[in-house]
Amino acid sequence: MSELRGFYTLWLREVKRYLRDRVRIVSSFFQPLLWLVIFGVGIGASLRGAVPIPGLTYQQLIFPGIIGQTLLFTSMFMGISVIWDKEFGFMKEILVAPISRVSIFLGKMIGDSTDALIQGIIVIFLGLALGINIDPMTFLASLPIMLLITFGLVSIGLTIASFMGSLESFGAIQSFINLPLFFLSGALFQIQSLPGWMQDISKANPLTYGVDALRNVILGAAWQPFQVQPLFMDIAIVGAFDVGMIIIGTWAFSRMK
Amino acid sequence: MTNIIETFKLTKSFNGLTAVDKLDISVESGEIFALLGPNGAGKTTTISMLCTILKPTSGTAKINGFDIVKEPMQVRKSIGIVFQDPSIDDRLTARENLYMHANLYGVPASEQKNRIDSILKLVELEDRADDLMRTYSGGMRRRLELARGLIHYPKVLFLDEPTLGLDPQTRDHVWKYIRGLKEAHDITVVLTTHYMDEADKLSDRIAIMDYGKIIALGTSDKLKETLEGDVIIIKANNTDGVISVLTEKIGLSGAHVINGTVEVTVKNGKSMLPRIVMATKNDIFIESISLREPNLEDVFLHYTGRTIRADSSREPHGIAAIQRRKIR
Repeated sequence: MSELRGFYTLWLREVKRYLRDRVRIVSSFFQPLLWLVIFGVGIGASLRGAVPIPGLTYQQLIFPGIIGQTLLFTSMFMGISVIWDKEFGFMKEILVAPISRVSIFLGKMIGDSTDALIQGIIVIFLGLALGINIDPMTFLASLPIMLLITFGLVSIGLTIASFMGSLESFGAIQSFINLPLFFLSGALFQIQSLPGWMQDISKANPLTYGVDALRNVILGAAWQPFQVQPLFMDIAIVGAFDVGMIIIGTWAFSRMK
Repeated sequence: MTNIIETFKLTKSFNGLTAVDKLDISVESGEIFALLGPNGAGKTTTISMLCTILKPTSGTAKINGFDIVKEPMQVRKSIGIVFQDPSIDDRLTARENLYMHANLYGVPASEQKNRIDSILKLVELEDRADDLMRTYSGGMRRRLELARGLIHYPKVLFLDEPTLGLDPQTRDHVWKYIRGLKEAHDITVVLTTHYMDEADKLSDRIAIMDYGKIIALGTSDKLKETLEGDVIIIKANNTDGVISVLTEKIGLSGAHVINGTVEVTVKNGKSMLPRIVMATKNDIFIESISLREPNLEDVFLHYTGRTIRADSSREPHGIAAIQRRKIR
């Protein structure tokens, strides 16, 4: 019971801090907007309608990918909260509290995932505003999938941050992980047309299945012939990845002093 | 009186450096107990072990009947901690910080509001309770941390250098709050400090610590009595000359120079003053000579041959630095 309350209070803290950070919320509109409008329209125009998937514009094709990208970048960035807490001393207050490291990790992780989910929802509304068609059922179905994607990614961010001492070194790691994961997830193209070696790497990337799941839900029938895996397999793979990362993250937190 | 804290050969070493060396102390229930010593003496390491942040290399301790090694969760529920460095969430309000702490320590939801309101009143922050912590001054943050440490009604409150970096006026205030909180909640307070006056004015008993060991322990008065006498302060044009006269002509040992004046502890100060003046009148010009009661600084000097102040001005050496990194 007291563990559950500890978990809840840490979750609430992450969400409160996020919702108070107006600058971060407003700026979160901006990057996906650039990708969808400038990159989406620009590349779409140069393809002159020759998008490899019948019935879809290029912008529509990358829309689930940009949701995935937003979830990735936001989730990984959340690790920074651990470094902040270490830097400003608040981590000590949490670590000496009479609650288990599992609850501490889960509270922080699910709190950060909630924040990342809100960012994902913002991108969906951005898509709606740009004229991409998303019905209410599709919207609801995408929520648990987005959340599932963030669990594993936030866990990576928190794990890395728990080993790091400074904000600067965290930034460096970010670019070594974020961009490769993003480019190799098929967010901007479908991976079937890639050369074999690159396809193999993409298939080892957990985000590939996250983006594929979002496409299965949002693009529906038009995407089905091109899907990497059926929806249930996507979910199973992302779920297994989450479980693995949560175990590693909990271990990383339990060794933190 | 029962002992709320007892340590049994409590030891901690870092990479072969012994920071705390077979510590055996007991703290009585309801007292304010100070660990006094220079930076690097092992005070924070001791407190960190008692708070279950660091595992002892050997030995153990009991707090409120619970073993710090075997029952850390029970120990954590029994104690409150105010760290040397700030540890509040400055993006939340004071009240939110207190609620969060109450939830982390399992304070029943029905009692939280009352406890938080009354503790905010005690540290006189009720008007600012709903402001973000980042708008608070250093002294106000310290007061909130003191309040926070008490929300779960701990048996023992640990304060690590509670007034480090605060201006003298704020320090007086913080002392007042510590005493007030102790009276109101009937708790035991263990604090570390390298300020003499803090140990002297605030605590019931003082343990002087140096190089990981307790070198003297007792009430402030008892410690000063061990010096058996008064301190004579001599300001003169030739301090070395004064010292040689004191040692050779009068037979006093332990005279030393602090801030350009000679200090020496003697058994009977009043009768010694004229003797010193007579003995030095031929060779040395004495500007002033005065007599005072010994303070804790003299006690520390008596046991270690060094002054705390001289030590404290230095950066924390090896162990403190390593260990501060670890706690962070």
